[in-house]
Amino acid sequence: MISILLRRILSLLVTLLVVSLLIFCVMNLLPGDPASIMLGTSASPETLAALRTQLGLDQPLPVRYLAWLTGIFHGDLGQSYTYGVPVAGLIAERLAVTLPLALMAIVMSVAIAVPLGVQAARRHNGVFDFLAGIFSYVSIAVPAFWVGLLLIIAFSSMLGWMPAGGFPGWGAGLLAGLQALLKPAIALALPQAGVLTRVARAAVLEVMNEDYVRTARAKGLSDGVAIWRHAVPNAAIPVVTMLGLQFTFLIAGAVLVENVFNLPGLGRLAYQALSQRDIIVMQDVVLFFSALVIIMNFLVDLAYLMIDPRLRANAQ
Amino acid sequence: MTRALRRPVFLIGFVITLALFAVALLSLVWTPFAPAKMNIVHKLKAPFDFGFLGTDQFGRDVASMLMVGAWNSLSTSILAVALGASVGTSVGVIVAMRRGWLELVVMRGCDIIFAVPPILSAMMLGAFIGSGRFTAIIAIGTFMVPVFARLTLGAALQIWTRDYVMAAIGIGRSKTKITLVHVLPNISNQIIVQVTIQLGLAILTEAGLSFLGLGMPPPNPTWGRMLADAQTFLGQAPWLALLPGLAIAFAVLGLNMLGDGLRDLLDPRDN
Repeated sequence: MISILLRRILSLLVTLLVVSLLIFCVMNLLPGDPASIMLGTSASPETLAALRTQLGLDQPLPVRYLAWLTGIFHGDLGQSYTYGVPVAGLIAERLAVTLPLALMAIVMSVAIAVPLGVQAARRHNGVFDFLAGIFSYVSIAVPAFWVGLLLIIAFSSMLGWMPAGGFPGWGAGLLAGLQALLKPAIALALPQAGVLTRVARAAVLEVMNEDYVRTARAKGLSDGVAIWRHAVPNAAIPVVTMLGLQFTFLIAGAVLVENVFNLPGLGRLAYQALSQRDIIVMQDVVLFFSALVIIMNFLVDLAYLMIDPRLRANAQ
Repeated sequence: MTRALRRPVFLIGFVITLALFAVALLSLVWTPFAPAKMNIVHKLKAPFDFGFLGTDQFGRDVASMLMVGAWNSLSTSILAVALGASVGTSVGVIVAMRRGWLELVVMRGCDIIFAVPPILSAMMLGAFIGSGRFTAIIAIGTFMVPVFARLTLGAALQIWTRDYVMAAIGIGRSKTKITLVHVLPNISNQIIVQVTIQLGLAILTEAGLSFLGLGMPPPNPTWGRMLADAQTFLGQAPWLALLPGLAIAFAVLGLNMLGDGLRDLLDPRDN
């Protein structure tokens, strides 16, 4: 097990290194001078030259890449040109919004999808199964940011129950923070729940006729108990895998939803960095998001190996 | 044909997709009003008050904008999927043919590309080469390359183990010829199904990019930008946010159902 783990960690590190190189190349090899992009066309040659020196753009590319990489290992992601503060601090500050938002969305989507998928499998080809199927189709088709707009129309414009957007900060209290994240989390969770319902239904259907579930029933356990105690834990593996695969879409959804609800998260930071042409912040945020996706998939992979001994044997 | 008619998922998907393509193509020759024509006197009119689906903040006809938006969204998505499918499928069949270290490198490459969501790559590209349709196509298409490469590789590897392929190897046919004559035709069904499903995903992503201003520039109407513009008038004119969202949802729903229906229909186990 330890040798598998070491191999996977090594592969993770290589992947992260290549992603960083790819992002660096896109940001530095594409036509266009980052200094002129940041300062605009009206900047004087002296100001441009000063910014180039400040950003290290006068150095050769490999030196700049190594400097960026070394900085990352020391927790120094560079200085934001627009905000005038270290990017690492900026990311940490914005992560305090994006991370709870993503977690709330994941918890909500699992809480909706698993019971729905299990019930749909239990009543296979029945009315409930049909309705769950419609829910999956519709929720996968609706864009998360549109659901966000509908929630604002319903709960803010029409009912006036909640503010349309914004985030009071965790300093205003846990409840106020969670309340501000509730609508965005629902918007983000809905499309995920559609995908997960399908996976949960298919997985439970597959294991429902396995010998161990039949034995559990034969021992006198009720249908519900047999399914929840024996079928659902086995069906959890595909659901967890899909959660990992869907993480990229969750991140993409977060970028949009944070902009709809005006939340000061990482997605909004990336968008603001684009409008302000803050190349350093963009480069770091894109790397951070990509690393998050890769690490998430690595953890899912690992969880898979821990849960299923057959896969451990295959990996060896 | 009869089998197709007996499958409601396929039928509903087919009808919605057909309607989507019909509206998109119709917009090239006819729209109720010129979609970019402003008419401030009739601004923010509700559906049926002026025109079929009302007007926006500049008095532009929403129905006409939605029709042209269908073409803009669909054409961008088709080009993006064409890019992803052609590159991804080529990579997949070549790797299945060669295998060895190439398989490892390509699969790792797929993981890497898949780690950068198209919204973020469009932002990166947009900063340098400018936002617009080209950037959107590259960003969405690149993200789809791994999807098609993985699918094709998996499917092609199965075909390479079949008896008729072994026989073709036995009589000395080249690997390229086997790929063209035996592998590609036998995995084409799976690729067609995936193209349909990815087209739905591309429409969703294109709408997201347009929403952030990273899609086609104005005055070309896009569903995503219509939603972004509608944000300022959510209380005053909620239909402006409702209609483009419904258009996106229907388009994606239709393509997803068509994809699922096709998968069932083309499944050889049912034949």
